[in-house]
Parts: sequence; C-alpha cells; structure tokens
Amino acid sequence: MHAPVQTTGHVWDGDLAEYNNPLPTWWVWAFYATIASSLVYWLIYPAWPVGKGFTKGFETITYVNDKGVTKTTHWNTRALLMKEMNQADKQQRPYFEKVESTPYQKIAADPELSNFVTSAGKTLFQDNCAACHQAGGQGKIGFAPNLTDDDWLYGGTYQKIQETITNGRHGYMPPFRDVLSDRQMDDLASYVLSLSGEKADPARAAAGDALFHSETAACYYCHGADAKGRQVLGSANLTDKIWLWADIPADRTLDRKVQDIEWVIAGGLNKGVMPTWKDRLKPEQIKVLTVYVHELGGGK
Amino acid sequence: MKNRSEAGQAGKPRSGCSQNSAGRGQILSILQVNSRSIDQKSGEIWTGQADLQPISFKSDRLLEQRPLLQKRIPIHPRSVRGKFRTFKWGVLILAYSVFFALPWLPWGRHGAPAQAVLFDLASRRFFLFGLVVYPQDVYWLALLLFLAAVLLFFATALVGRAFCGYFCFQTLWTDAFIAIERLVQGERPARLRLHKQPLSPEKAFKLALTHGLWLLLAFWTALGFILYFGYAPGLAREFFSGQAPQAAYFTVLILTVSTYLAAGWAREQVCIHICPYSRFQSAMYDPETLAVAYDVARGEGSAGRLAAKPGMRTREERQAGGHGDCIDCGLCVQVCPAGIDIRAGMQYQCISCGLCIDACNGIMDSMGFSRGLIRYDSEENLRSARPGRPRLHWKRLKIVGYGAALVVVAGFLVYSVAHRSAFEESIQQVRQPLFVQLSDGRIRNRYQIRVTNKATREETYLISVRGIPQASLDLGSIHRLTVPPGKTLMVQASVKLTPAQAEKVEEFEFVITPESRPKAARAREARFFSRHGSL
Repeated sequence: MHAPVQTTGHVWDGDLAEYNNPLPTWWVWAFYATIASSLVYWLIYPAWPVGKGFTKGFETITYVNDKGVTKTTHWNTRALLMKEMNQADKQQRPYFEKVESTPYQKIAADPELSNFVTSAGKTLFQDNCAACHQAGGQGKIGFAPNLTDDDWLYGGTYQKIQETITNGRHGYMPPFRDVLSDRQMDDLASYVLSLSGEKADPARAAAGDALFHSETAACYYCHGADAKGRQVLGSANLTDKIWLWADIPADRTLDRKVQDIEWVIAGGLNKGVMPTWKDRLKPEQIKVLTVYVHELGGGK
Repeated sequence: MKNRSEAGQAGKPRSGCSQNSAGRGQILSILQVNSRSIDQKSGEIWTGQADLQPISFKSDRLLEQRPLLQKRIPIHPRSVRGKFRTFKWGVLILAYSVFFALPWLPWGRHGAPAQAVLFDLASRRFFLFGLVVYPQDVYWLALLLFLAAVLLFFATALVGRAFCGYFCFQTLWTDAFIAIERLVQGERPARLRLHKQPLSPEKAFKLALTHGLWLLLAFWTALGFILYFGYAPGLAREFFSGQAPQAAYFTVLILTVSTYLAAGWAREQVCIHICPYSRFQSAMYDPETLAVAYDVARGEGSAGRLAAKPGMRTREERQAGGHGDCIDCGLCVQVCPAGIDIRAGMQYQCISCGLCIDACNGIMDSMGFSRGLIRYDSEENLRSARPGRPRLHWKRLKIVGYGAALVVVAGFLVYSVAHRSAFEESIQQVRQPLFVQLSDGRIRNRYQIRVTNKATREETYLISVRGIPQASLDLGSIHRLTVPPGKTLMVQASVKLTPAQAEKVEEFEFVITPESRPKAARAREARFFSRHGSL
C-alpha cells in the first residue's frame, strides 16, 4: 500500500471508483495454510464420498463394545463415544468393585461409598427405572409404586429389593365382578377405607369386615386376616395410608373413594408388572440400584 | 464495497471523484458567503475558490505512506549506572528469588504436600503457607484483583507508570534478556556492529549463544511456573524423567515459547501494541502526577539544545548564547528500552523506567551542571514559570479516594481471611418428591446435606435439628459424618413429622457441629413442606 492508491479500474456512474487494497501478505499466506492443512484432514479422517462408500482416512479407533468384543474401525464419532465410555468405565471400575465386595449395610454407612452410589445410582435409575417410577422414585398412583415411602409390596430389605430388580415382579388380584354383588363390593370398599382410618359408614364397614373374612370373598387369603398384606405374595397392606391403585388422597367425597376401591375389587389387577433386569444390568449395577432405592428413604 | 465506503468516509477526492467534490465546495461557498464563520476574520470573505483546493485528510496521507505492518527497528539499549538502574536490579533479584525459590519452600502440613505455596488444581485446594483456599473462597480472588487494580490506579495517579517500569514481568524479563544479550554480544556499539555485519562464524556463534541462553531462561521460567501446581521436588523429577502429566509439558512448551518471544523478540512491542495499559494511562495521569520528564525550559534555553563544542562547555558560555543545558549527547535515547526520545515530551511508549534519568544525571555530573535535567516531575510544575522542587502531590481527592478504597478493601480481605470458617455446608432439599406420606400417616421431607472440610485435618461433623423434635431427624446409617481434609461428603437426612406437627412447622434449622470444636457449630434454615403449594 504505497502511494498513490490504485483503483480496480471499475468506474460506476462516471465517477465512482473502487480502491484496490490487496489483502496483507501474511493474511493470504495464512489462508493458503488453512487450505493446505485441510489436505491433512482428508488423509486422517473420513472425507470424500466414493461410489456407495467414502474415503475412510488413516486414523483408527479401537474400542470394546457392549458384548466385550474389541473392535477397530476407521475414525467415527460413534466409535469415539464408545472409546470414551470405555475409559469412563475404567475409571468407575474401582468404585463398582468396592461396592461389589462390600456388604449392603456397610455401603450405606460409608459416606464416600454411599456418595458414589447416590450419584452412580441416580444415573442408572434415570436410565432404567424413572420411566415408570418417575425421576425421584415417587411413582404414580394407578401406575407404579412409590419407592420413597416406607410401604413395600414385596419387602423393603436390601435382599428383597435386589430380588425385585433382578427377577422382576408380577402382581395379580382376581376380578370379583362375577362373584360379588354391587352391594357386597360397596361394603368391602367401606371396610377397606375404615382400615386406613378414613371415614366410612360403620354399618357397611362391619358388613364388609365379615365379608372380607368369609369364604365368599376370601380376601384374607391373600391380604391376611389382619389385612396387612403378605409380602411373599406381593399383596397390599390395606391398613396403612399408602394407596397405589385407587387414588384416595385425591378423592374429595366418600362416594368417589368407595367407587374407586370398588373399581379395583370388581376389575382385579393384572398390571402390576415389573420387568426383570438381570439380563439388562450387570450384578454390580443392580447392587448400586438396590442401595440407591433403599436410600430413597423407605428402606428397611 | 468496503473500499468504496472507506473512500466515502475519508471524503478524499480521488481522480474519479473530483467533480463531485467540487460540487460540494460550491455549496459550502454559498453557505459561507452569507454566514460569517467564527474563524473568519473581519473583512475576509471565504470564496468558493478556496474550497476548490484539493482537500487532503491526515488519515488519508498516513494510509498512503505507511505500510500495513511497520518494520521494527531493533533497539539495542546501552547499559547505564544510577540509582534507578540499581533499584531495578534490586527488584529483579528480589522478584526472581521469590518466583524461583518459593515452590521449594517446605511447609509442614497434615495430609497434604509439604510445600508452602501450592496450587493443587486436581483436588481444588490452594495452599498459601498456613492458609488453604478453596474454590468457594473465590471472592478473595475478586478482592485481591480489585485491590491490585486500585493499587495500580493509586500508584499511577501519584508517580505514573511505576508498575510498568519497575515491577511488570515483561519489563523484568526483558531486562534479564537484554543483560544476557550484553553479556554475549557486548555493549551497544558492539551489538549494533554485530547486527549490521554479514553472517560470519563469529556472528552465528554469538547469536546462537544468545538465543540459547534466552531459551534456557525462558524454559527455566516455565518450569518455575509449573512447580507451583505440583509438589515441586516430585514434579521436577517426574518432568525430567518423562513421567509428568501431559499438561505439564504442554504448559512448559507454551510458556517457554511465549517468554522467549515476548522478552527476546517482541520486547517494547508488547508494551506498545499488546498491553492496554499504555493506552489508558492517559486517563490516570493528572497535571500533578509525577512522571519522567525532560525540563524543556532548562534544556533548550531560548536557542535550543547544543552539543558541548569548545567555547560552549560552561554554563555561562551556553547561557550567553541562549542555549540550554542539554548537550544533545543522545544518551537518554540510547539507554531507553522503548527506543524513544524523552525530550519529545510524554509519550505512550514510555514505561517510566527512569534509565534516561540515570543517563542524563551522569552527563550532568561530568559537565558540572546540576542533576535533574530529566527527572520525576509533574506537568504542572514543569509548566510553571518558576518550577519548584518536584514533590509528591498526594492531597488530591483522587489519591485520597484510591487510598481509602485500598484501605477498606485490604481491611475487608484481611478480616475475611482471618474469620474464615473451617467448614462449609450446603443443604439441598430433595424436590422430587417434595414430601412423602408414610404408611403411619407421618410426612417426610428429605435433604441432602453436604459438608466441605476446609481444615487441614480430618473432622467429624454431627448433624442435629433445632425447632422440631430431635427424634424426627433420621440420618440413615451415617450418624457421624467424617470428612477428610479438603473433601466434600454428602449425607441424606430425612425429617419425619406427624400431620399435626407439620401443620405448625414451615421452617426449622439444621445444626452442623464439628466434633472437635463445638463452638464453631453453625445453623442453617430449611423448609418443611407438607402439602402442595397453593400460592
């Protein structure tokens, strides 16, 4: 750029000229350098479509896949993710190993280990359990049990929780629509309400009590003579404040409450299905989840 | 299009635009004939003809004459002796001793490396002698930075760019590099000669030796820097046996290269083109600010400066001829590391290092004139008809204000550090679910309590509640939370209240008590939810 400044030679409207200001030399060379460096990228990474395939580049990635098979491929982001996951697994390994070799009670009592379980368990829970039991384990009435309360259908000890996760559960209650009259089901519903300390018609509750323990309805077979349920069967404790299928806490009127319970008695239940996880999760992952669920607040 | 708009901005009539510009001139002339401008002397009428003269703007002329990148003229400062040089050497020796020796200072410490100053990035702890700083204490850093900034303003308003000239690491390292240069290549004339002469074995050897020594010092600097981030003896051994972390080698590489380039090659260009300080110093200088200045009145006299020719040596002879005390020896320019002539007045390139004062004082001594032709003085004093002795003007609102800010912030920082707590706690309520009804009807809320142990030894923390029955707190299997130094651990606490209790309680407190120092117990409020909000 030495005087006088050159123009490009283009003239508009008879008098408008355009300066010719060449780019600085260093800039131009830097530009060529970027082009040259792109050639290096073509050689290293997948770059050009060729027929149905593409040039794969010289860079390779070696990773271990889900089945434990070591694979080597050309550079691609999926393999890169797998490789990074391998590294993360490797870093987590010592903790998982410690969890594996430590008895449940000690895991919960060791702040460092229980902190690991809380964070690792949270991820596992979000990935596998939260779809039904919700993000915080609070469950959903009419869908999946609340894991944060202290009521357990199949038992809330470490062993029972592990068993539940490993093998899954399938709750069943037969429908009574064809066995009992509407009146009888009304009576039973009143009785069930009274068991939990809810307001109910005393006369009907007494009738329901008799029916509950009779051979006609035979509720006590599964729910027990004291109506507290039997965890071996997964039958619900009817005397506590926890409801899973009938949404009693949300019902405002007595009629609605009775109706909701009647609906359960009439139709029975065949939807309390928890899948089995032993084929999807590793034993140490199940152990971490067990402690995590136990520590959600309701563990026994 | 960019070029075209530039042309428009500059408003310079180029060959193609001249007609256009002439038109504009005519309009101006019409306006000016009827309206008298302030600059218009009485009786003088501006004509359109005057405006038809080609207008040339200064910026445009510069654009034409100046290449995009100005070629740097190498500066070979001459060495000088004097009190400023001595002071600068003192600062350099002190700064280097502290910088290079500090990481090696041992300091007995529990459960952590025995190093007095250690920035342990991996475990997020910063050891400063007896003090351990955690990321939570980041506001100390903010205070420290504020303090540094105010100190800079304070010093600058008082005595100019004292930081630049004596304490800035760019200045210190450049000084050291120049010293190496002089050691190998000799004094300024020898260096200039070497620079001009064609490549010979001798020149190659001297250049190689200079650059080799520079690189060595740069490398040593980089190594010294990383030793603050790891246990120095261990890290040094690992570094040279190739077992140090990659980040260490990378940092050393970057710092070696940047030190070598900044202090060896870029030098004053860092101060002129990169550092913003030279540009905003003008906002900090006042007429009362002491700065390195040339006494124009004394140096130039009425007839300008003159070399000490025979017959022009004594003061009387010179004053008779109207000449000032400056004998135009040029030494002040030769010693300047920024390559400027201080006699041209205050310049943004001047880093205020005082070497020209040393040089001039030496000359004045040998001439038998009084010292201080170049001196620290205020613009105000120099401008006055009878300059008095330079003095520090500190009784100024600006100075007192900066000083007050300094004292307040420093006091707050010291107070904050002295009253730091040995642990930090945070209580996070579990919000999913916000509350749970238990089978016996009680309502339960859950909280994640995290405790960071900032002490230097292991501590056990006891957690209790205030405002609700003690029995309603359930800590699961962790009743005593033992936290190693520098670690954070979490405990999940459940609080269970009956509906009747929950009705009355909205807030309560968690009390966290370090077992060894019960007096340091701290309470923290927590909320208890028992129904979904109806706001």
